[in-house]
Amino acid sequence: MTIGIAMNEQPKDEGVVLTEAQKRARRSRSIAIALSLAALVILFYVMTLVKGPMVLVRPL
Amino acid sequence: MSLVSEGADFRGPMTAGPGLVEPMLAEPSLASVGDYVALMKPRVMSLVVFTALVGLAVAPGSLHPMIGFTALLCIAVGAGAAGALNMWYDADIDAIMTRTARRPVPMGRVQPGEALAFGLTLAGFAIVVLGLLVNVLAAALLAFTIFFYAVIYTIWLKRSTPQNIVIGGAAGAFPPMIGWAAATGSLSLEPVLLFMIIFFWTPPHFWALALTRTEDYARAGIPMLPVVSGDGATRRQILWHTLILVPLGIAPWALGFAGLFYGLTAAVTGAIMLALAWQVFRERRPVERASKHLFAFSILYLFLLFAVLLIERGWGGLIARLAA
Repeated sequence: MTIGIAMNEQPKDEGVVLTEAQKRARRSRSIAIALSLAALVILFYVMTLVKGPMVLVRPL
Repeated sequence: MSLVSEGADFRGPMTAGPGLVEPMLAEPSLASVGDYVALMKPRVMSLVVFTALVGLAVAPGSLHPMIGFTALLCIAVGAGAAGALNMWYDADIDAIMTRTARRPVPMGRVQPGEALAFGLTLAGFAIVVLGLLVNVLAAALLAFTIFFYAVIYTIWLKRSTPQNIVIGGAAGAFPPMIGWAAATGSLSLEPVLLFMIIFFWTPPHFWALALTRTEDYARAGIPMLPVVSGDGATRRQILWHTLILVPLGIAPWALGFAGLFYGLTAAVTGAIMLALAWQVFRERRPVERASKHLFAFSILYLFLLFAVLLIERGWGGLIARLAA
């Protein structure tokens, strides 16, 4: 019983806690990655419209 | 004169490179989007995009503007990838040199591993997208250019030979060829000529800069020509390379690829380049005015040659393609 209480009293490991500046930097990086991926999707979509079936033809 | 001046901390790249930095637990990153943009060397990227645009625009045949845009985007991202890989590997010497000490990796804002991952990811995306959406030849040339800049120049030549920027200059000369290949799917004499102009422009341009920063390069242990062979030899080499560059600059007109306006521009600006190179040849340290003038004018020289070519040959063709 005593052992059980001692275990419960151990401090909870919260891992790496980010500062506000680190959170802001991570958020801005995440947004940049999301925008880049969205741009890539749009690029492939538009290029498929532009090239039509030729989008699959890639002569060496 | 020894390869590296006394007091220089010239460690070999394999011991100095970030790959062998003592492993440590990194703090969560504070890197902003701006730091990652800085890793891509935006000023170099803009010159790469401009020369690639000229290669793309002067090429014969028709090209959909969206395909042209995609090609330029991939070339820009590929150049950015090469820049990030360069900053990853050169973090140790960047920290020593005044000009580069504030870059994101030596400042500690971006970890070397993050720069490496960023560079490799961008390179992969740029090459694959260019291959899938434009053509395989352009993608292969882009892949070779990134490899040449990151491996041949940065990892091998830069720290081992005073000819580093002569051979390494090829990496900066490839973009017009990539642009041409993106437009036509092939190569010919014209893009090779554009390649040669940038290739022979690079040594006078960088050696003029190196003459004004010899101590900086020596402290970082980079065997630039002024550090290894001295002031006089560098000034002589600048003059020789300019003597080769000027006729090459006029060659597009002489061979009928460009019009009279280009020929006149190349002749006049080439004469100014030669006059400045002659002043650099006659000048002796500690005076560096002529070197600074040559460095500044060389940028304008290359810009003018390519801009006039774009206006004369490319602009009309580009408008015709957009209308087609």
